[in-house]
Amino acid sequence: MSERVAVRKTYKLFIGGKFPRSESGRSYLVQDSNVSLASRKDARDAVLAARAAVKGWAGATAYNRGQILYRVAEMLEGRRDQFVALGASAAEVDAAIDRWVWYAGWSDKLAQVYGGANPVAGPYFNLSAPEPTGVVAVVAPESPALLGLVSVIAPAVVTGNTVVVAASPSAPLAAVTLAEVLATSDLPGGVVNILTGRLSETVPTLAAHMDVNAIDLTGVADADLAAELEVKAAENLKRVLRPAPADNDWYADPGITRMTTLLETKTVWHPKGV
Amino acid sequence: MTATATSARSDLSELGRSETALRTFLHGLPGVDQVGAEQRAAQLGTRSIKTTAKAEAIDLAIRMVDLTTLEGADTPGKVRALAAKALRPDPADPSCPHVGAVCVYPAMVPYVAEVLRGSGVHLASVATAFPSGQAPLEVKLADTRAAVAAGADEIDMVINRGAFLAGRYSEVYDEIVATKEACGDAHLKVILETGELATYDNVRRASWLAMLAGGDFIKTSTGKVPVAATPPVTLVMLEAVRDFRAATGRQVGVKPAGGIKTTKDAIKYLVMVNETVGPDWLDPDWFRFGASSLLNDLLMQRTKLTTGVYAGPDYFTLD
Repeated sequence: MSERVAVRKTYKLFIGGKFPRSESGRSYLVQDSNVSLASRKDARDAVLAARAAVKGWAGATAYNRGQILYRVAEMLEGRRDQFVALGASAAEVDAAIDRWVWYAGWSDKLAQVYGGANPVAGPYFNLSAPEPTGVVAVVAPESPALLGLVSVIAPAVVTGNTVVVAASPSAPLAAVTLAEVLATSDLPGGVVNILTGRLSETVPTLAAHMDVNAIDLTGVADADLAAELEVKAAENLKRVLRPAPADNDWYADPGITRMTTLLETKTVWHPKGV
Repeated sequence: MTATATSARSDLSELGRSETALRTFLHGLPGVDQVGAEQRAAQLGTRSIKTTAKAEAIDLAIRMVDLTTLEGADTPGKVRALAAKALRPDPADPSCPHVGAVCVYPAMVPYVAEVLRGSGVHLASVATAFPSGQAPLEVKLADTRAAVAAGADEIDMVINRGAFLAGRYSEVYDEIVATKEACGDAHLKVILETGELATYDNVRRASWLAMLAGGDFIKTSTGKVPVAATPPVTLVMLEAVRDFRAATGRQVGVKPAGGIKTTKDAIKYLVMVNETVGPDWLDPDWFRFGASSLLNDLLMQRTKLTTGVYAGPDYFTLD
């Protein structure tokens, strides 16, 4: 019998629950693998997919979203070795799995912590409830590739947002492999979309896109670029999340700021009738 | 050559006088190569139209839009708003051209006429018991006269598909002639409802029948049946108007309607027009899109080209 021919893998984008190549047909060599090099049109397609997914995902019950996030943790647990082989430490994979579980737990609790009844002078119930902002563009941190990525995706989607993530350009394999985990976790297509490639091509497009509602600039290291992106984001008053670099200890307790920044508060007045 | 052409013209005008002559002529038209037509239409859809050509195509497509609302829930307020949008599709950009026409039900014509008066935007009304066409002829003609009297300068009529499919071509022909007469000075668009005609051969026959009977435009669909305008059907109709002009010297317009929702689709149709019948038809007087949501996508793409930033549907009116 002849020797087996190696099955070489091409790492592709993750858009709308599918794994397309870049529409530009380009790829780049990184971590000894061919990875798709996303263009601005891929970013446009990803925003379309994310927008289409908003209604179903934001409309799902918080309990259901929590179950799906927990399912992601289950699937990630089963692929532990794969991420270690890609260069993540065992401790990092553990932390990433735990983070999914941690955020899954928040799904049906955040509304109680962050919303609630307001005391008003009049015969009314006055209730504030947090609602998802919509489509969120996320620039994932350069490292740690897996834990950093999970730590920016999970808080955005747990509340019902959908995301377009620009993955770390130097370590995209963890991102694409995480996409394979997400694709098998009952997460509806389009809730998470992942673009690999140069940030300079995709991120300015996302920052300026009028159908994106918020942007998380965590992975933008260059302060000038971050300022420029904030200017673009201001055009349609996107919510902007730009944590100080010092805040990014990925192993620490994340707190709820990442979730609450990507929420809108809806307040309802209802007559009491007493 | 001239003698032949003249005799061909007189022959064609005689056709309507007898059922037999009409049938012989329509069934004598060459059959449509289905695979060929579909492949040709698909191939024309692969052209890449970018930058300045795209900008020009988008403006042309906006000028060709018949901005349509044909709902049971139409109200005077809704059609007035639509007419206002037809005049200034993009309120933020005065360089944006107005659309070709507004298309409404006859009862809504007076409200639209107030808004459009003197603007150059045409006012189209569907008539003749739209969308089924299943009503007595007197009712259809009264419908048409009422729409014209109320201010419509274009009438979109439906052909009697039942009669056409049963082979009663004279009946269809006479109805179109009678409706044309009822239109007076208004332009007559003849809706073939190609989704109900089953074959491309029938589309070709219905196109010729409508043109022989005096239609100023042939239109694919009502938008009320599941299959609306498709590229191959439009290709067959474009070939028919091209051949009709060659035979008679009279130019007839084409209007695909229904299912055209994106700028990309619209540009594919424009490419098809240019490649099939040439630039003579690349004008709102000779080619129209029957659409409602298409306009918003055209405006978003136009904004993308002028600002360089992808536009979002939040910033355009819903309709």
